[in-house]
Amino acid sequence: MVKIETSPQQVTSRKLTVSKAMVEGIAQEMERDPSVIVLGEDVGAYGGIFSSTTGLLERFGPGRILDTPISETAFIGLGTGAAVEGMRPIVELMFVDFFGVAMDQIYNHMAKIHYESGGNVLVPMVLMTAVGGGYSDGAQHSQCLWGTFAHLPGMKVVVPSSPADAKGLMISAIRDENPVVYMFHKGVMGLPWMTKSTHALGDVPEESYTVPIGKAAITRSGTDVTVVTLSLSVHHSLDVADELAKEGIECEVVDLRSLVPLDRATVLESVAKTGRLVVVDEDYQSFGLSGEIAAIIAEEDPRLLRCPMKRVCVPDTPIPYARSLEQATLPTPTRIAAAIRDVMA
Amino acid sequence: MENSTRLDLYRQMVLIRTFEETILREYHADKAPIWDIGAGLIPGEMHLSAGQEPVAVAVCANLTPDDAVTATHRPHHFAIAHGMSLERLAAEIYGREDGLGRGRGGHMHLFDPSIHFSCSGIIAEGYPPALGQAFAFKSKGSQAVAVAVTGEGAANQGAFHESLNLAAAWRLPVVFVIEDNDWAISVPRSLSTSVASNAERAKAYGIPGERIEDNSLEDIFAAAKRAVDRARSGGGPTLLEVHTLRLWGHFEGDAQGYRPDLDGVAQRDPLPAYEMHLRALGVADDDVIKGAVTEAQARVEAAISFAKSSPIPEPSSATRYVFS
Repeated sequence: MVKIETSPQQVTSRKLTVSKAMVEGIAQEMERDPSVIVLGEDVGAYGGIFSSTTGLLERFGPGRILDTPISETAFIGLGTGAAVEGMRPIVELMFVDFFGVAMDQIYNHMAKIHYESGGNVLVPMVLMTAVGGGYSDGAQHSQCLWGTFAHLPGMKVVVPSSPADAKGLMISAIRDENPVVYMFHKGVMGLPWMTKSTHALGDVPEESYTVPIGKAAITRSGTDVTVVTLSLSVHHSLDVADELAKEGIECEVVDLRSLVPLDRATVLESVAKTGRLVVVDEDYQSFGLSGEIAAIIAEEDPRLLRCPMKRVCVPDTPIPYARSLEQATLPTPTRIAAAIRDVMA
Repeated sequence: MENSTRLDLYRQMVLIRTFEETILREYHADKAPIWDIGAGLIPGEMHLSAGQEPVAVAVCANLTPDDAVTATHRPHHFAIAHGMSLERLAAEIYGREDGLGRGRGGHMHLFDPSIHFSCSGIIAEGYPPALGQAFAFKSKGSQAVAVAVTGEGAANQGAFHESLNLAAAWRLPVVFVIEDNDWAISVPRSLSTSVASNAERAKAYGIPGERIEDNSLEDIFAAAKRAVDRARSGGGPTLLEVHTLRLWGHFEGDAQGYRPDLDGVAQRDPLPAYEMHLRALGVADDDVIKGAVTEAQARVEAAISFAKSSPIPEPSSATRYVFS
C-alpha cells in the first residue's frame, strides 16, 4: 500500500492523525526540495484552519509559508504561475466550497495550460482543500464537490482517508508534474474540536514514502458485497462492516483514494468477486462519482452484478444546517448499513 | 530614444502588421462565399491586433527573453514583440503539429516557455499567473520581471483588482499594462468604467499609475522603462494604461455597427504616423521603409508556408497531453 524508500528494516512508525501525517509529508518534501512553498489563507501563524500546516511557519519561515489576502483568484493563479516557472507550490483553498470565487484559475488555467501548450509547460502544483460536512456548518461550508473537480480534465484528484495515505499521497502530489487537487475531509483529520473518528489515528512510517496516485486500496476484504467509497465514508463503512460481520455479512471496502486517475480495475475485480455493489459517496448523488462507478460496471459487464446496486450519497439538495436535517442528508453508518442489508436481501 | 531603437521598433511594428494582414487575408480566403467561423484552414475566433503595435513593441523593448509576458485573447503583437518564433506561432494558428501547442491551444492560448510567454483567453485572468512568475523570479533572486497585459474592459474584473492588491502587498516585480482601445467588444469605456483613467486605480493599491495618451510609442517606451526598472530594482509593481487603437473589429466577422468612430480610424493608424515621424527625424527614407516591408513580407511568407506544410494533428492523439 505504501512505497517506502528505505529498506523495511529501517521503517519505524508511530500513530499520527491525518492532519499530522499531512503536515509531516509537506515538511519532509520542503526539507528535500527548496522549490516547495505553501500559500493560502491562515496557513502561517494559525497553522491552517484545519491544521493542515501546523508548525510549518516556525520551521520554514515566511519566505516559504505565505499567508495570502482573501483573494483566491489571485493566489491560486499565483500558484499556477510559480509552478510554470519551476516552483512546487502547495496552495490551500480553505474550504472547497469557496472554489466558486476562483474556479477560472483552477479549471481554465491550472488544469489546461499543460494541454494547451501541447505538453511544453508543466504545472506541478498541489491545490489542497478541506471538504465535507457533519458539524452543522451549513450549505456553503460542508460540501465535498470532488465529482466537480474530477469531471473537469487536467487535474488529478486525490482524497485520502487514512493517516498513512494522507502522508504518502501528499508526497506523491507534491512530486507529481501535474496539478493535483488534494481533498481532505475535516472529519478525517483527527481535530480535537470535531467529532472523532477512531480511524483518524493510525500508523504512519517516519520515513518519506509515496502512495501511488490512481491506485485504490482494499481496506477490508470480504466476499458478499463491495462497498466502493472514499474519505470519511471509508471510516463509516469500516465500522458498518464490523457490525455486519456479526450478522454474517462480509463486506469488501474499497477506498478509491484517487478519483483522477480512477482505479477501475480494482472496482471491477471486487465486484466480480462479490456480485453486489454499494457506492457510498458524500458528494451530491446525481451526475457524479456514484454514477461513474455504475457506468464502469455497465460498460464492462453488467452481469457482474447479481442484484441492482445501491447508492448512499447526499441527495440533490443543499446541505442543511439543523443537525437533524444534516444527518438525514449525509451518508451515515445507519444509511450505509441499510443499503448493504438491501443488496443482501 | 536612440535612432537605432526607433528604427528597430518601427521594423517590429511593420512585421506585426504584415503578420496580422496576412492572417486576416488567409483567415477570410476560404470562408467564402458563405462565411462560416469554423471553416477554412484557420478556423475559430480571430482577434487581430492591428493598431495596438506600439504598446507591444515599446513595452517589450525593455524586456529580455528571461522576462515573462502574459497576454490576452488578442496576443499576436506581444508574442512577436517578445520574440516568439513566427513559424511556431503561425503553425499554432493553423492548428498544426509544429505549433507552439501542437494545435491544442490555438491563437488565444499561446505558450512559449523559452521566452516565458503565455496567454489567457479569459478577460483579466492572465494577471494572477503573472504574479506567480514574478514571485518565482523574486524567490530565485533573479532580476526578471513579469509583464501582465489586459484590455481596459478587464479593469472591471475581480481578478484585476485582486492581482494589483496582492502584487503591491508582496512588492512583486510586475508591470501591469492595460491596452485601452476604447471598446470592450461593443461597449465603450464611458458606459463601463467609473474613472476617466484606469491609471487612477493604482492609487487604491498604493502603487504608481501612469496613463499614456495617443498610442505614442516613445511615451510608452519611456513609461515602460520606468516601470520595468522599478520592478527590477525591487520597487514593486506599476500600472500603465495606454490609450491605443483597435484598428479592426473585436474579432474577424465583427461588422462594428456599434462604432461611431469608424470613419476616423484610418487617420489614427499609428504605423504611418510613426513612419512620418522617422522621416521627419531623418531616420528613415523610402529605401529604409521599403526594406522593412520587404523583409517583413519575406519572414511572414516563410512562416505561413512553414505552418501550411506542418502536419495536421492525428485525430487519435486528441487526448494526449492532458497529463504529463
